[in-house]
Amino acid sequence: MAATEEQQFPLPKILTYPASAPPSLIAQGAEGRLYKTTHLESGLPCALKFRPSKPYRHPILDARLTKARIAAEAKVLDKCYREGVPVPAVYALDAATGWMMIEWVEGRPVRQGINDWLGERPTEDAPAVEEDETPFVDLMKRIGEAVGNLHRTGVIHGDLTTSNMMLKPWAPSQSSTESGDKAKVVEGDVVLIDFGLATQSSSDEDRAVDLYVLERAFASTHPRAERLFDHVLESYKHAFKKAPSVLIKLEDVRMRGRKKSMLG
Amino acid sequence: MTTTNTKTKKKRHIALGCEGSANKLGVGVIAHDAETGEATVLSNVRHTFVSPPGTGFLPKDTARHHRAYFVRVAKQALSDAGVSISEIDCICYTKGPGMGAPLTSVAAGARTLALLWGKELVGVNHCVGHIEMGRAITGASNPVVLYVSGGNTQVIAYAEQRYRIFGEALDIAVGNCLDRFARALEISNDPAPGYNIEQLAKKGGRILVDLPYAVKGMDCSFSGILTRAEEVVVQMKAGKKGPDGEAITPADMCFSLQETVFAMLVEITERAMAHVGSNQVLIVGGVGSNVRLQEMMGSMAAERGGSVYATDERFCIDNGIMIAHAGLLAYETGFRTPLEESTCTQRFRTDEVFVKWRK
Repeated sequence: MAATEEQQFPLPKILTYPASAPPSLIAQGAEGRLYKTTHLESGLPCALKFRPSKPYRHPILDARLTKARIAAEAKVLDKCYREGVPVPAVYALDAATGWMMIEWVEGRPVRQGINDWLGERPTEDAPAVEEDETPFVDLMKRIGEAVGNLHRTGVIHGDLTTSNMMLKPWAPSQSSTESGDKAKVVEGDVVLIDFGLATQSSSDEDRAVDLYVLERAFASTHPRAERLFDHVLESYKHAFKKAPSVLIKLEDVRMRGRKKSMLG
Repeated sequence: MTTTNTKTKKKRHIALGCEGSANKLGVGVIAHDAETGEATVLSNVRHTFVSPPGTGFLPKDTARHHRAYFVRVAKQALSDAGVSISEIDCICYTKGPGMGAPLTSVAAGARTLALLWGKELVGVNHCVGHIEMGRAITGASNPVVLYVSGGNTQVIAYAEQRYRIFGEALDIAVGNCLDRFARALEISNDPAPGYNIEQLAKKGGRILVDLPYAVKGMDCSFSGILTRAEEVVVQMKAGKKGPDGEAITPADMCFSLQETVFAMLVEITERAMAHVGSNQVLIVGGVGSNVRLQEMMGSMAAERGGSVYATDERFCIDNGIMIAHAGLLAYETGFRTPLEESTCTQRFRTDEVFVKWRK
C-alpha cells in the first residue's frame, strides 16, 4: 500500500515519458494501481489509474474486463462531474491499455478520519460518556448526501466503502474552530472515488444493494460506530425524491438470501 | 461418569465431532495438548451420499443416509482413534447452517452418544469449523478466509472476537452453481460433481465461452451465470459452434465456467485483502480443494507479496474433525450446549459466533 513499493512494479508505458516530477505509486488496490503524476501538465498533479492485466485471469476474460471497466469508469465519472456529484474530473484515458488520468483529490480517506475519531473515543461497551458526537454525525450526514446525489444522477458505485471516499479539506474559513482539534479529523467535503465497479441504473434494487454494500463494509470496518450508520441513511433519505422507496427496498435486500438469522 | 475425577490432571483434551449438514456424514476425533493447544487428528471418517447423475441430493434421502450410517461411521472413528470412551471430554455436533433434515439426524446421533456416555455437548457453527480446521492444518495465523462450498460462499476476516463476513454470494453459492451445472451436463456426482468438472476442464482451454461476470463490491452473484451456462449447454447439444468454428464441447463449458467463477472469487478475495491490509489467504470448503482455484489464488497472492494456504479433500470437504476441533476450542473456554438447547438451525451466520478462543 505504501509508496515505497513502487520499485516492485514496472511503470505503465504512459508514465515512462519525461515529466516535471517522477510518478509515485500511491496505492495498490485490488483493482489496480494509482499513481500521482504530473505527466499531463507540469503544474497539475493528477491521478493515473492503471489496471495491469491479472495473471490469474484468462487472457480473453482479462482483456474484456479491463477495457470494459476503464471505459465504464470514465463514462460514469464524466456523468457525475457534469451533474455536480463530488467526484474527480477525467482528463484523459486509453481503455485498451488500461489507464485513465483523473483529477488529484487532496485529503485523506474517510476511513482514516473515522478511525482517528474512534481512536480517541471510549468503546461501545464502556459506560456512556456524555460526549459531543456532532462532528461525527455531520460526517455521516455528508456521506449520506454524497451517496444520495450519486444515486440521483442514476449511477451505482458498486464498491462503496469508507476507503473509497475522500475527505477533501475545507478552506480554513470553513473549518470549525470552537469544536477543537478533535473535530478536525472528520472535517472536509466527502468526495467519492474509485468507480471501478460503477454501473448506471436508477432501479431501487440496484441502489439498495449499493447502500447495502456500504452498510456491510461500514459495519465490518468500523464495528464500534455501527450504530451511527443510521445517520447516513437518514440524510440519504432526503437527497432525492425516490430515496425513501430505496430504503424500503434495502430492508428486503438485508433479509434476502443473506442467511440472516431468522427465528424458528 | 468417570470423567469428572480425572479431568483436573489431563494431559490432553479429546473431542468427538459429528458433521452432517449436507450430503457428507463425518465423524472425527481430535486431541488438543492441554499445555500447548496443539491439535492432533486421531481419526477422520466420512461417508458420502451420492445421488445419480442429473440429480441433486434431497434432504429426506440425505437424512435417511445419515441415520443409516451414523453408528457405523461413529464406531469406525472411535476404533481408528484408538481412544477409550472415558477419555473423551465432549461430543461436538454441527448446529448449522445446513439442510434441516440431515442436520437434525446427526444432532440426534450426537445427543444419543452424549447421553449414552455421559458427556457434554458442544454445538458448532459449520463455517467456523472450516475456518478453525484450515488454520490448524495450514498454520495460517490471521488470514483472509475464502469459504467456498455447495452451500456457502463467503470472504471472511477476523476482527474483535468475530469472524466478520466482508463479502458473500448474493444468491446461490458457487458450489451450488457448479453442482447444478454438472446436472445440466449430466456429469457423475461421484465422488463429487465439482471434482468431475475440474477433471473435464483440464481437457478444455481451446476457447473461452463468454459468460456473465457478476461482482458487486466484495459480493458476487452466480445464478445469472448458471442460467447462461445452462442455455449454452442446450445450444451445445444442438451443435453450436464456438468462436473458432469448432463445436463447443462439455470440456470447453467446464473450463469456461471455472475460469469465470474462480476469477470472480479471486477478485473479491483480493479486494478484501486490500481492504484489511492482509496478504495471507486461506481457502476452505469443498470447492477449496479445486486445484485450479488454488492456483489462481496463489498467483494473486504472490503478486501481493503473500501466499495462499489450502488443504486437501480430507479437510476441505465437510468432515467431523473440523467440528470436533472448533467445538473443543469452545469447550476449553467453558462453552457448553445443554441438552435442552441442543437444537439445529438452517440459518446460522458465521459472524454470530463469539470467538472467545482468539485474541
